[in-house]
Amino acid sequence: MFPTPIDKASPAARTAYHAGVWVALLIWLLPLGAMLLTSFRSLSDISMGNFWGIPSEWMIIENYQGVFTTTPMGRFLLNSLMITVPTVAGALAISALAAYALAKYNFKLNIVLFALFIAGNFIPFQILMIPVRNLTIQFGLYDTIIGLVLFHVAFQAGFCTLFLRNFIKALPNSLIEAARCDGAGEFRIFFVLILPLIRPALAALAVLIFTFVWNDYFWALVLVQSDSVRPVTAGLEALKGQWLASWQMIAAGAIIAAIPPVSMFFLMQKHFIAGLTMGATKG
Amino acid sequence: MREFWENNQIKIVPWLLLTPALIMFSVYVVYPIIQSLSLSFFEWDGLADEKLFVGFGNYRELFDDDVFWTSLKNNLIWVIFYLLSPPIGLAIALFLNQKGLAMRLIKSLFFFPFVISQIVVGLMFTWFYDPSFGLLNVVLSKLGAISEPLALLSSERAVTYAIVFAGLWPQIAYCMILYLTGLNGISRGQIEAASLDGCSGLRMLWHVILPQLRPATFIAIVVTVIGSLRSFDLIAIMTAGGPYNSSSVLAFFMYEQSITNYRMGYGAAIATILFLIMAIYIAYFLTRMLQQERIR
Repeated sequence: MFPTPIDKASPAARTAYHAGVWVALLIWLLPLGAMLLTSFRSLSDISMGNFWGIPSEWMIIENYQGVFTTTPMGRFLLNSLMITVPTVAGALAISALAAYALAKYNFKLNIVLFALFIAGNFIPFQILMIPVRNLTIQFGLYDTIIGLVLFHVAFQAGFCTLFLRNFIKALPNSLIEAARCDGAGEFRIFFVLILPLIRPALAALAVLIFTFVWNDYFWALVLVQSDSVRPVTAGLEALKGQWLASWQMIAAGAIIAAIPPVSMFFLMQKHFIAGLTMGATKG
Repeated sequence: MREFWENNQIKIVPWLLLTPALIMFSVYVVYPIIQSLSLSFFEWDGLADEKLFVGFGNYRELFDDDVFWTSLKNNLIWVIFYLLSPPIGLAIALFLNQKGLAMRLIKSLFFFPFVISQIVVGLMFTWFYDPSFGLLNVVLSKLGAISEPLALLSSERAVTYAIVFAGLWPQIAYCMILYLTGLNGISRGQIEAASLDGCSGLRMLWHVILPQLRPATFIAIVVTVIGSLRSFDLIAIMTAGGPYNSSSVLAFFMYEQSITNYRMGYGAAIATILFLIMAIYIAYFLTRMLQQERIR
Protein backbone atom coordinates (compact mmCIF):
# COMPACT_ATOMS: atom_id res chain seq x y z
CA MET A 1 0.00 0.00 0.00
CA PHE A 2 1.20 3.48 -0.80
CA PRO A 3 1.58 5.76 1.09
CA THR A 4 2.66 3.74 4.12
CA PRO A 5 -0.32 2.85 6.34
CA ILE A 6 -0.77 5.47 9.02
CA ASP A 7 -1.25 2.70 11.61
CA LYS A 8 2.50 2.16 11.48
CA ALA A 9 3.20 5.78 12.40
CA SER A 10 3.57 7.14 15.92
CA PRO A 11 0.39 7.80 17.93
CA ALA A 12 0.95 11.56 17.67
CA ALA A 13 1.26 11.43 13.91
CA ARG A 14 -1.85 9.29 13.73
CA THR A 15 -3.91 11.77 15.72
CA ALA A 16 -2.58 14.65 13.64
CA TYR A 17 -3.45 12.79 10.47
CA HIS A 18 -7.01 12.03 11.49
CA ALA A 19 -7.60 15.60 12.64
CA GLY A 20 -6.11 16.86 9.37
CA VAL A 21 -8.40 14.66 7.31
CA TRP A 22 -11.53 15.96 9.02
CA VAL A 23 -10.43 19.58 8.70
CA ALA A 24 -9.70 19.06 5.00
CA LEU A 25 -13.13 17.49 4.55
CA LEU A 26 -14.79 20.42 6.28
CA ILE A 27 -13.10 22.89 3.95
CA TRP A 28 -13.80 20.72 0.90
CA LEU A 29 -17.52 20.58 1.62
CA LEU A 30 -17.83 24.18 2.78
CA PRO A 31 -19.95 25.29 -0.21
CA LEU A 32 -22.35 22.43 0.40
CA GLY A 33 -22.52 23.12 4.13
CA ALA A 34 -23.22 26.78 3.49
CA MET A 35 -26.07 25.88 1.20
CA LEU A 36 -27.53 23.45 3.70
CA LEU A 37 -27.36 26.03 6.47
CA THR A 38 -29.01 28.67 4.31
CA SER A 39 -31.86 26.35 3.45
CA PHE A 40 -32.69 26.37 7.18
CA ARG A 41 -32.82 30.16 7.52
CA SER A 42 -35.71 32.61 7.63
CA LEU A 43 -36.20 35.35 5.09
CA SER A 44 -35.50 37.98 7.74
CA ASP A 45 -32.08 36.43 8.37
CA ILE A 46 -31.33 36.70 4.67
CA SER A 47 -32.42 40.31 4.37
CA MET A 48 -30.51 41.20 7.56
CA GLY A 49 -27.39 39.71 5.94
CA ASN A 50 -27.06 36.92 8.48
CA PHE A 51 -25.66 34.41 6.02
CA TRP A 52 -22.95 32.75 7.99
CA GLY A 53 -23.95 32.97 11.64
CA ILE A 54 -26.31 30.67 13.50
CA PRO A 55 -29.83 31.06 12.05
CA SER A 56 -31.94 33.29 14.33
CA GLU A 57 -34.84 30.90 13.84
CA TRP A 58 -34.81 27.44 12.30
CA MET A 59 -37.19 27.26 9.37
CA ILE A 60 -36.37 23.75 8.21
CA ILE A 61 -39.90 22.43 7.78
CA GLU A 62 -41.33 25.75 6.58
CA ASN A 63 -38.73 26.20 3.83
CA TYR A 64 -38.80 22.67 2.51
CA GLN A 65 -42.57 22.57 2.67
CA GLY A 66 -42.67 25.95 0.94
CA VAL A 67 -40.67 24.63 -1.96
CA PHE A 68 -43.31 22.00 -2.61
CA THR A 69 -46.41 24.10 -1.95
CA THR A 70 -45.46 27.33 -3.72
CA THR A 71 -43.58 25.92 -6.73
CA PRO A 72 -43.91 22.98 -9.14
CA MET A 73 -40.85 21.32 -7.55
CA GLY A 74 -42.80 18.12 -6.88
CA ARG A 75 -43.74 17.99 -10.54
CA PHE A 76 -40.11 18.60 -11.59
CA LEU A 77 -38.91 15.74 -9.41
CA LEU A 78 -41.52 13.42 -10.85
CA ASN A 79 -40.56 14.48 -14.38
CA SER A 80 -36.90 13.78 -13.68
CA LEU A 81 -37.83 10.33 -12.47
CA MET A 82 -40.03 9.66 -15.50
CA ILE A 83 -37.20 10.70 -17.79
CA THR A 84 -34.40 8.92 -15.96
CA VAL A 85 -35.84 5.49 -15.25
CA PRO A 86 -36.99 4.62 -18.81
CA THR A 87 -33.70 5.98 -20.15
CA VAL A 88 -31.71 3.64 -17.95
CA ALA A 89 -33.83 0.65 -18.94
CA GLY A 90 -33.80 1.48 -22.64
CA ALA A 91 -30.10 2.25 -22.88
CA LEU A 92 -29.12 -0.91 -21.01
CA ALA A 93 -31.41 -3.10 -23.12
CA ILE A 94 -30.18 -2.02 -26.53
CA SER A 95 -26.55 -1.80 -25.41
CA ALA A 96 -26.44 -5.25 -23.88
CA LEU A 97 -27.55 -6.76 -27.19
CA ALA A 98 -25.12 -4.69 -29.24
CA ALA A 99 -22.26 -5.26 -26.81
CA TYR A 100 -22.66 -9.02 -26.99
CA ALA A 101 -22.58 -8.90 -30.78
CA LEU A 102 -19.40 -6.80 -30.74
CA ALA A 103 -17.69 -8.86 -28.06
CA LYS A 104 -18.28 -12.42 -29.22
CA TYR A 105 -18.87 -12.46 -32.98
CA ASN A 106 -16.28 -12.00 -35.66
CA PHE A 107 -17.54 -10.06 -38.61
CA LYS A 108 -16.01 -7.53 -40.92
CA LEU A 109 -17.33 -4.28 -39.55
CA ASN A 110 -16.95 -5.26 -35.92
CA ILE A 111 -14.09 -2.95 -35.01
CA VAL A 112 -15.50 -0.09 -37.07
CA LEU A 113 -18.81 -0.21 -35.25
CA PHE A 114 -17.04 -0.46 -31.91
CA ALA A 115 -14.98 2.62 -32.79
CA LEU A 116 -18.19 4.41 -33.75
CA PHE A 117 -19.73 3.78 -30.34
CA ILE A 118 -16.57 4.92 -28.55
CA ALA A 119 -16.26 8.08 -30.62
CA GLY A 120 -19.90 8.92 -30.03
CA ASN A 121 -19.16 9.33 -26.33
CA PHE A 122 -16.81 12.19 -26.80
CA ILE A 123 -18.51 14.43 -29.30
CA PRO A 124 -19.71 17.84 -28.13
CA PHE A 125 -23.47 18.05 -27.62
CA GLN A 126 -23.65 21.17 -29.75
CA ILE A 127 -22.90 19.29 -32.97
CA LEU A 128 -26.10 17.31 -32.34
CA MET A 129 -28.23 20.12 -31.00
CA ILE A 130 -29.93 21.66 -34.05
CA PRO A 131 -30.70 18.41 -35.94
CA VAL A 132 -31.85 16.59 -32.80
CA ARG A 133 -34.13 19.49 -31.94
CA ASN A 134 -35.56 19.51 -35.48
CA LEU A 135 -36.01 15.74 -35.51
CA THR A 136 -37.81 15.87 -32.19
CA ILE A 137 -40.11 18.59 -33.51
CA GLN A 138 -40.76 16.58 -36.70
CA PHE A 139 -41.60 13.46 -34.70
CA GLY A 140 -44.10 15.59 -32.76
CA LEU A 141 -42.15 14.89 -29.59
CA TYR A 142 -40.90 18.38 -28.74
CA ASP A 143 -41.70 19.27 -25.15
CA THR A 144 -42.55 15.68 -24.24
CA ILE A 145 -40.90 13.23 -21.89
CA ILE A 146 -40.63 10.60 -24.63
CA GLY A 147 -38.70 13.02 -26.83
CA LEU A 148 -36.05 13.48 -24.14
CA VAL A 149 -35.97 9.78 -23.28
CA LEU A 150 -35.39 8.70 -26.88
CA PHE A 151 -32.45 11.02 -27.28
CA HIS A 152 -30.89 10.06 -23.95
CA VAL A 153 -31.27 6.35 -24.73
CA ALA A 154 -29.50 6.78 -28.06
CA PHE A 155 -26.68 8.89 -26.68
CA GLN A 156 -26.05 6.81 -23.55
CA ALA A 157 -26.03 3.66 -25.70
CA GLY A 158 -22.53 4.65 -26.83
CA PHE A 159 -21.02 4.56 -23.36
CA CYS A 160 -23.03 1.51 -22.26
CA THR A 161 -22.01 -0.48 -25.33
CA LEU A 162 -18.33 0.36 -24.82
CA PHE A 163 -18.50 -0.63 -21.18
CA LEU A 164 -20.49 -3.85 -21.64
CA ARG A 165 -18.52 -4.94 -24.69
CA ASN A 166 -15.28 -4.87 -22.69
CA PHE A 167 -16.96 -6.70 -19.84
CA ILE A 168 -18.38 -9.46 -22.07
CA LYS A 169 -15.10 -9.74 -23.98
CA ALA A 170 -13.45 -10.83 -20.74
CA LEU A 171 -15.84 -13.78 -20.33
CA PRO A 172 -14.29 -17.04 -21.56
CA ASN A 173 -15.23 -18.12 -25.08
CA SER A 174 -15.31 -21.74 -24.01
CA LEU A 175 -18.53 -21.06 -22.10
CA ILE A 176 -20.31 -20.03 -25.27
CA GLU A 177 -18.80 -22.79 -27.36
CA ALA A 178 -19.87 -25.40 -24.84
CA ALA A 179 -23.42 -24.09 -24.97
CA ARG A 180 -23.35 -24.20 -28.77
CA CYS A 181 -22.17 -27.81 -28.66
CA ASP A 182 -25.15 -28.59 -26.49
CA GLY A 183 -27.30 -27.20 -29.29
CA ALA A 184 -28.40 -23.96 -27.64
CA GLY A 185 -29.54 -21.26 -30.07
CA GLU A 186 -27.68 -17.95 -30.21
CA PHE A 187 -30.44 -15.94 -28.52
CA ARG A 188 -30.86 -18.56 -25.84
CA ILE A 189 -27.14 -18.30 -25.10
CA PHE A 190 -27.47 -14.56 -24.69
CA PHE A 191 -30.52 -14.57 -22.45
CA VAL A 192 -29.80 -17.64 -20.36
CA LEU A 193 -26.02 -17.65 -20.16
CA ILE A 194 -24.63 -14.16 -20.77
CA LEU A 195 -27.28 -11.93 -19.24
CA PRO A 196 -26.98 -13.35 -15.70
CA LEU A 197 -23.19 -13.11 -15.92
CA ILE A 198 -23.17 -9.40 -16.75
CA ARG A 199 -25.51 -8.37 -13.95
CA PRO A 200 -22.78 -6.54 -11.97
CA ALA A 201 -21.86 -4.52 -15.05
CA LEU A 202 -25.51 -3.69 -15.68
CA ALA A 203 -25.90 -2.53 -12.08
CA ALA A 204 -22.83 -0.31 -12.33
CA LEU A 205 -24.09 1.23 -15.53
CA ALA A 206 -27.59 1.72 -14.17
CA VAL A 207 -26.40 3.93 -11.31
CA LEU A 208 -24.04 5.87 -13.54
CA ILE A 209 -26.60 6.54 -16.26
CA PHE A 210 -29.18 7.44 -13.65
CA THR A 211 -26.85 10.12 -12.29
CA PHE A 212 -25.79 11.43 -15.69
CA VAL A 213 -29.33 11.76 -16.96
CA TRP A 214 -30.72 13.09 -13.70
CA ASN A 215 -28.12 15.85 -13.76
CA ASP A 216 -28.58 16.68 -17.43
CA TYR A 217 -29.42 20.30 -18.02
CA PHE A 218 -28.48 21.01 -21.63
CA TRP A 219 -30.96 18.68 -23.32
CA ALA A 220 -33.72 19.68 -20.98
CA LEU A 221 -33.08 23.23 -22.12
CA VAL A 222 -33.11 22.31 -25.79
CA LEU A 223 -35.95 19.79 -26.01
CA VAL A 224 -38.41 20.92 -23.37
CA GLN A 225 -40.09 24.19 -22.43
CA SER A 226 -43.10 23.73 -20.17
CA ASP A 227 -43.22 23.12 -16.44
CA SER A 228 -45.21 19.93 -16.90
CA VAL A 229 -42.24 18.17 -18.57
CA ARG A 230 -39.22 20.02 -17.17
CA PRO A 231 -36.80 17.96 -15.11
CA VAL A 232 -35.48 19.28 -11.83
CA THR A 233 -32.27 20.84 -13.20
CA ALA A 234 -34.06 23.08 -15.69
CA GLY A 235 -36.81 23.68 -13.13
CA LEU A 236 -34.30 24.94 -10.60
CA GLU A 237 -32.89 27.37 -13.15
CA ALA A 238 -36.38 28.69 -13.86
CA LEU A 239 -37.14 29.03 -10.15
CA LYS A 240 -33.92 30.95 -9.59
CA GLY A 241 -35.39 33.77 -11.67
CA GLN A 242 -38.71 33.57 -9.88
CA TRP A 243 -37.35 33.49 -6.33
CA LEU A 244 -34.90 36.39 -6.83
CA ALA A 245 -33.38 37.06 -3.43
CA SER A 246 -35.19 34.32 -1.52
CA TRP A 247 -31.97 32.43 -1.17
CA GLN A 248 -33.33 30.16 1.53
CA MET A 249 -35.82 28.78 -1.01
CA ILE A 250 -33.22 28.41 -3.77
CA ALA A 251 -30.99 26.60 -1.33
CA ALA A 252 -33.74 24.26 -0.22
CA GLY A 253 -34.66 23.57 -3.85
CA ALA A 254 -31.05 22.81 -4.73
CA ILE A 255 -30.69 20.44 -1.80
CA ILE A 256 -33.86 18.61 -2.83
CA ALA A 257 -32.57 18.28 -6.41
CA ALA A 258 -29.29 16.83 -5.14
CA ILE A 259 -30.81 14.22 -2.84
CA PRO A 260 -31.74 11.51 -5.41
CA PRO A 261 -28.31 11.20 -7.10
CA VAL A 262 -26.53 11.50 -3.77
CA SER A 263 -28.61 8.75 -2.17
CA MET A 264 -28.20 6.65 -5.30
CA PHE A 265 -24.45 7.03 -4.92
CA PHE A 266 -24.48 6.07 -1.25
CA LEU A 267 -26.73 3.06 -1.73
CA MET A 268 -24.84 1.70 -4.72
CA GLN A 269 -21.40 3.08 -4.00
CA LYS A 270 -19.46 0.00 -5.00
CA HIS A 271 -21.22 -0.25 -8.37
CA PHE A 272 -20.99 3.46 -8.98
CA ILE A 273 -17.25 3.59 -8.51
CA ALA A 274 -16.69 0.37 -10.43
CA GLY A 275 -18.48 1.89 -13.39
CA LEU A 276 -16.77 5.23 -13.20
CA THR A 277 -13.27 3.90 -12.87
CA MET A 278 -13.47 1.26 -15.56
CA GLY A 279 -10.03 1.10 -17.12
CA ALA A 280 -8.31 2.97 -14.30
CA THR A 281 -6.54 -0.16 -13.08
CA LYS A 282 -5.84 -2.04 -16.29
CA GLY A 283 -5.87 -1.19 -19.94
CA MET B 1 -36.20 -21.63 -44.21
CA ARG B 2 -35.49 -23.42 -41.00
CA GLU B 3 -32.42 -24.99 -42.53
CA PHE B 4 -31.18 -21.62 -43.72
CA TRP B 5 -31.49 -20.27 -40.18
CA GLU B 6 -29.67 -23.27 -38.70
CA ASN B 7 -26.79 -22.82 -41.12
CA ASN B 8 -26.43 -19.08 -41.05
CA GLN B 9 -27.44 -18.25 -37.49
CA ILE B 10 -23.95 -17.19 -36.49
CA LYS B 11 -23.74 -14.71 -39.36
CA ILE B 12 -27.19 -13.21 -38.95
CA VAL B 13 -27.54 -13.04 -35.20
CA PRO B 14 -24.92 -10.33 -34.52
CA TRP B 15 -26.69 -8.00 -36.92
CA LEU B 16 -30.04 -8.68 -35.31
CA LEU B 17 -28.50 -7.93 -31.94
CA LEU B 18 -26.98 -4.72 -33.23
CA THR B 19 -30.06 -3.41 -35.03
CA PRO B 20 -31.82 -1.49 -32.23
CA ALA B 21 -28.66 0.24 -31.02
CA LEU B 22 -27.53 1.03 -34.55
CA ILE B 23 -30.87 2.53 -35.50
CA MET B 24 -30.98 4.73 -32.41
CA PHE B 25 -27.37 5.76 -32.76
CA SER B 26 -27.68 6.55 -36.45
CA VAL B 27 -30.84 8.61 -36.04
CA TYR B 28 -29.74 10.58 -32.98
CA VAL B 29 -25.94 10.76 -33.30
CA VAL B 30 -24.47 9.93 -36.71
CA TYR B 31 -27.08 11.58 -38.92
CA PRO B 32 -27.23 14.79 -36.81
CA ILE B 33 -23.44 15.18 -37.06
CA ILE B 34 -23.59 15.01 -40.84
CA GLN B 35 -26.55 17.38 -40.91
CA SER B 36 -24.82 19.91 -38.66
CA LEU B 37 -21.71 19.85 -40.82
CA SER B 38 -23.75 20.57 -43.93
CA LEU B 39 -25.98 23.14 -42.21
CA SER B 40 -22.89 25.19 -41.42
CA PHE B 41 -22.75 26.20 -45.10
CA PHE B 42 -26.27 27.63 -45.02
CA GLU B 43 -28.09 30.54 -43.52
CA TRP B 44 -31.27 29.45 -41.78
CA ASP B 45 -33.48 30.87 -39.04
CA GLY B 46 -34.84 27.46 -38.07
CA LEU B 47 -38.36 28.26 -39.26
CA ALA B 48 -38.30 29.08 -42.97
CA ASP B 49 -38.67 26.26 -45.49
CA GLU B 50 -35.77 27.52 -47.56
CA LYS B 51 -32.16 27.44 -46.48
CA LEU B 52 -29.84 29.87 -48.17
CA PHE B 53 -26.50 28.45 -49.31
CA VAL B 54 -23.67 30.77 -48.29
CA GLY B 55 -20.60 28.57 -48.81
CA PHE B 56 -17.93 29.44 -46.24
CA GLY B 57 -19.79 32.64 -45.39
CA ASN B 58 -20.58 31.58 -41.83
CA TYR B 59 -16.96 30.67 -41.19
CA ARG B 60 -15.69 33.96 -42.63
CA GLU B 61 -18.09 35.86 -40.42
CA LEU B 62 -17.02 33.75 -37.45
CA PHE B 63 -13.36 34.62 -37.86
CA ASP B 64 -14.30 38.33 -37.75
CA ASP B 65 -16.50 37.89 -34.68
CA ASP B 66 -14.89 39.07 -31.44
CA VAL B 67 -17.16 36.84 -29.35
CA PHE B 68 -15.87 33.81 -31.25
CA TRP B 69 -12.28 34.64 -30.34
CA THR B 70 -13.21 35.39 -26.74
CA SER B 71 -15.00 32.05 -26.55
CA LEU B 72 -12.09 30.18 -28.09
CA LYS B 73 -9.66 31.86 -25.71
CA ASN B 74 -11.91 30.96 -22.77
CA ASN B 75 -12.06 27.35 -23.95
CA LEU B 76 -8.28 27.33 -23.81
CA ILE B 77 -8.33 28.74 -20.27
CA TRP B 78 -10.82 26.03 -19.31
CA VAL B 79 -8.61 23.25 -20.69
CA ILE B 80 -5.40 24.55 -19.11
CA PHE B 81 -6.81 25.16 -15.65
CA TYR B 82 -8.99 22.06 -15.73
CA LEU B 83 -5.82 20.05 -16.21
CA LEU B 84 -4.93 20.97 -12.65
CA SER B 85 -7.51 18.45 -11.51
CA PRO B 86 -5.53 15.26 -12.23
CA PRO B 87 -2.51 16.33 -10.12
CA ILE B 88 -4.68 17.78 -7.34
CA GLY B 89 -6.90 14.70 -7.47
CA LEU B 90 -3.79 12.54 -7.14
CA ALA B 91 -2.58 14.57 -4.17
CA ILE B 92 -5.91 14.17 -2.38
CA ALA B 93 -6.01 10.46 -3.24
CA LEU B 94 -2.55 9.98 -1.72
CA PHE B 95 -3.64 11.92 1.33
CA LEU B 96 -6.76 9.82 1.81
CA ASN B 97 -5.46 6.39 0.82
CA GLN B 98 -5.66 4.82 4.28
CA LYS B 99 -7.71 1.94 5.58
CA GLY B 100 -10.52 1.98 8.09
CA LEU B 101 -14.24 2.52 8.28
CA ALA B 102 -14.01 6.26 8.93
CA MET B 103 -11.68 6.65 5.96
CA ARG B 104 -14.19 4.95 3.68
CA LEU B 105 -16.85 7.41 4.73
CA ILE B 106 -14.46 10.33 4.26
CA LYS B 107 -13.53 9.20 0.76
CA SER B 108 -17.20 9.03 -0.21
CA LEU B 109 -17.83 12.47 1.21
CA PHE B 110 -14.89 13.86 -0.74
CA PHE B 111 -16.46 12.42 -3.87
CA PHE B 112 -19.76 14.23 -3.25
CA PRO B 113 -19.26 17.23 -5.55
CA PHE B 114 -19.10 14.97 -8.59
CA VAL B 115 -22.46 13.38 -7.87
CA ILE B 116 -24.50 16.56 -7.65
CA SER B 117 -25.71 18.44 -10.70
CA GLN B 118 -23.54 21.21 -12.11
CA ILE B 119 -26.58 23.45 -11.80
CA VAL B 120 -26.46 23.00 -8.04
CA VAL B 121 -22.68 23.51 -8.04
CA GLY B 122 -23.18 26.69 -10.04
CA LEU B 123 -25.75 28.01 -7.58
CA MET B 124 -23.42 27.31 -4.65
CA PHE B 125 -20.53 29.16 -6.18
CA THR B 126 -22.64 32.08 -7.44
CA TRP B 127 -23.36 32.56 -3.85
CA PHE B 128 -19.90 31.93 -2.60
CA TYR B 129 -18.72 34.78 -4.86
CA ASP B 130 -21.55 37.21 -4.10
CA PRO B 131 -20.03 40.66 -3.46
CA SER B 132 -22.38 41.62 -0.61
CA PHE B 133 -22.68 38.45 1.44
CA GLY B 134 -20.63 35.69 -0.24
CA LEU B 135 -18.27 33.74 1.99
CA LEU B 136 -15.27 34.71 -0.13
CA ASN B 137 -15.85 38.41 0.50
CA VAL B 138 -16.78 37.93 4.13
CA VAL B 139 -13.53 36.06 4.79
CA LEU B 140 -11.31 38.35 2.73
CA SER B 141 -12.64 41.51 4.32
CA LYS B 142 -12.36 40.03 7.83
CA LEU B 143 -8.74 39.28 7.05
CA GLY B 144 -8.35 42.85 5.82
CA ALA B 145 -7.13 41.61 2.44
CA ILE B 146 -9.63 43.73 0.51
CA SER B 147 -11.12 47.15 1.20
CA GLU B 148 -13.89 46.94 -1.41
CA PRO B 149 -15.98 43.86 -2.13
CA LEU B 150 -14.78 41.73 -5.03
CA ALA B 151 -17.45 41.12 -7.67
CA LEU B 152 -15.73 38.29 -9.50
CA LEU B 153 -18.69 37.31 -11.65
CA SER B 154 -19.20 40.81 -12.99
CA SER B 155 -15.54 41.43 -13.73
CA GLU B 156 -14.71 40.77 -17.37
CA ARG B 157 -11.16 39.83 -16.46
CA ALA B 158 -11.86 37.50 -13.56
CA VAL B 159 -15.15 35.87 -14.48
CA THR B 160 -13.89 32.89 -16.50
CA TYR B 161 -11.34 31.97 -13.86
CA ALA B 162 -14.02 32.14 -11.18
CA ILE B 163 -16.27 29.76 -13.12
CA VAL B 164 -13.42 27.37 -13.90
CA PHE B 165 -12.60 27.29 -10.20
CA ALA B 166 -16.17 26.17 -9.50
CA GLY B 167 -15.82 23.51 -12.19
CA LEU B 168 -12.60 22.21 -10.67
CA TRP B 169 -14.44 21.20 -7.54
CA PRO B 170 -16.36 18.25 -9.07
CA GLN B 171 -13.60 17.47 -11.57
CA ILE B 172 -10.96 17.07 -8.84
CA ALA B 173 -13.33 14.72 -7.04
CA TYR B 174 -13.62 12.63 -10.20
CA CYS B 175 -9.85 12.42 -10.68
CA MET B 176 -9.40 11.59 -7.02
CA ILE B 177 -11.68 8.56 -7.29
CA LEU B 178 -9.84 7.37 -10.41
CA TYR B 179 -6.52 7.55 -8.56
CA LEU B 180 -7.90 5.93 -5.41
CA THR B 181 -8.99 2.98 -7.53
CA GLY B 182 -5.65 2.97 -9.28
CA LEU B 183 -3.76 2.99 -5.97
CA ASN B 184 -5.85 0.04 -4.84
CA GLY B 185 -4.62 -2.03 -7.75
CA ILE B 186 -0.91 -1.42 -7.29
CA SER B 187 1.17 -4.53 -6.82
CA ARG B 188 2.38 -4.87 -3.28
CA GLY B 189 5.42 -6.86 -4.37
CA GLN B 190 6.88 -3.98 -6.32
CA ILE B 191 6.45 -1.56 -3.44
CA GLU B 192 8.15 -3.99 -1.06
CA ALA B 193 10.97 -4.69 -3.49
CA ALA B 194 11.53 -0.99 -4.04
CA SER B 195 11.53 -0.20 -0.35
CA LEU B 196 14.08 -2.97 0.25
CA ASP B 197 16.24 -1.12 -2.24
CA GLY B 198 15.92 1.94 -0.03
CA CYS B 199 13.41 3.71 -2.21
CA SER B 200 10.76 5.71 -0.38
CA GLY B 201 8.66 8.88 -0.28
CA LEU B 202 8.66 11.08 -3.36
CA ARG B 203 11.21 8.95 -5.20
CA MET B 204 9.00 5.92 -4.69
CA LEU B 205 6.03 7.92 -5.93
CA TRP B 206 7.84 9.04 -9.07
CA HIS B 207 9.66 5.85 -10.04
CA VAL B 208 7.37 3.08 -8.79
CA ILE B 209 3.87 4.37 -8.14
CA LEU B 210 3.25 6.81 -10.98
CA PRO B 211 4.26 4.40 -13.76
CA GLN B 212 1.75 1.93 -12.37
CA LEU B 213 -0.91 4.61 -12.23
CA ARG B 214 -0.58 5.37 -15.92
CA PRO B 215 -3.96 3.91 -16.92
CA ALA B 216 -5.62 6.09 -14.26
CA THR B 217 -3.69 9.15 -15.42
CA PHE B 218 -4.66 8.51 -19.02
CA ILE B 219 -8.36 8.30 -18.20
CA ALA B 220 -8.17 11.28 -15.84
CA ILE B 221 -6.66 13.44 -18.57
CA VAL B 222 -9.14 12.24 -21.18
CA VAL B 223 -12.22 12.93 -19.08
CA THR B 224 -10.80 16.24 -17.90
CA VAL B 225 -10.13 17.60 -21.39
CA ILE B 226 -13.52 16.39 -22.64
CA GLY B 227 -15.21 17.89 -19.58
CA SER B 228 -13.51 21.23 -20.08
CA LEU B 229 -14.49 21.46 -23.74
CA ARG B 230 -18.05 20.49 -22.88
CA SER B 231 -18.43 23.16 -20.19
CA PHE B 232 -21.85 24.73 -20.57
CA ASP B 233 -24.02 24.27 -17.47
CA LEU B 234 -21.89 26.32 -15.10
CA ILE B 235 -21.64 29.23 -17.51
CA ALA B 236 -25.36 29.13 -18.26
CA ILE B 237 -26.34 29.21 -14.59
CA MET B 238 -23.63 31.51 -13.21
CA THR B 239 -23.34 34.28 -15.80
CA ALA B 240 -25.18 33.32 -19.02
CA GLY B 241 -21.97 34.23 -20.81
CA GLY B 242 -21.78 37.72 -19.34
CA PRO B 243 -20.69 40.36 -18.61
CA TYR B 244 -20.64 41.34 -22.30
CA ASN B 245 -19.93 37.76 -23.47
CA SER B 246 -16.65 37.77 -21.56
CA SER B 247 -17.29 34.35 -19.98
CA SER B 248 -18.68 32.68 -23.09
CA VAL B 249 -17.18 29.45 -24.47
CA LEU B 250 -17.84 27.85 -27.85
CA ALA B 251 -20.54 25.55 -26.47
CA PHE B 252 -22.44 28.45 -24.94
CA PHE B 253 -21.85 30.82 -27.86
CA MET B 254 -23.29 28.19 -30.19
CA TYR B 255 -26.41 27.75 -28.07
CA GLU B 256 -26.94 31.48 -27.84
CA GLN B 257 -26.59 32.09 -31.57
CA SER B 258 -28.92 29.24 -32.56
CA ILE B 259 -31.64 29.37 -29.93
CA THR B 260 -31.66 32.99 -28.82
CA ASN B 261 -30.73 34.63 -32.12
CA TYR B 262 -32.29 32.06 -34.49
CA ARG B 263 -29.06 31.76 -36.48
CA MET B 264 -28.96 28.00 -37.03
CA GLY B 265 -26.36 28.00 -39.81
CA TYR B 266 -24.03 30.23 -37.84
CA GLY B 267 -24.56 28.05 -34.77
CA ALA B 268 -23.79 24.95 -36.82
CA ALA B 269 -20.52 26.53 -37.94
CA ILE B 270 -19.52 27.16 -34.31
CA ALA B 271 -20.48 23.58 -33.43
CA THR B 272 -18.40 22.31 -36.33
CA ILE B 273 -15.30 24.14 -35.05
CA LEU B 274 -15.82 22.71 -31.57
CA PHE B 275 -16.37 19.28 -33.12
CA LEU B 276 -13.14 19.49 -35.13
CA ILE B 277 -11.16 20.47 -32.02
CA MET B 278 -12.56 17.45 -30.21
CA ALA B 279 -12.13 15.20 -33.24
CA ILE B 280 -8.35 15.51 -33.00
CA TYR B 281 -8.66 14.36 -29.46
CA ILE B 282 -11.11 11.56 -30.20
CA ALA B 283 -8.79 10.28 -32.96
CA TYR B 284 -5.92 10.13 -30.49
CA PHE B 285 -8.01 8.28 -27.93
CA LEU B 286 -9.37 5.84 -30.50
CA THR B 287 -5.98 4.90 -31.92
CA ARG B 288 -4.70 4.26 -28.42
CA MET B 289 -7.70 2.17 -27.50
CA LEU B 290 -7.63 0.12 -30.68
CA GLN B 291 -3.87 -0.45 -30.36
CA GLN B 292 -4.43 -1.97 -26.95
CA GLU B 293 -7.15 -4.07 -28.48
CA ARG B 294 -4.59 -5.54 -30.86
CA ILE B 295 -2.06 -6.19 -28.09
CA ARG B 296 -4.69 -8.18 -26.24
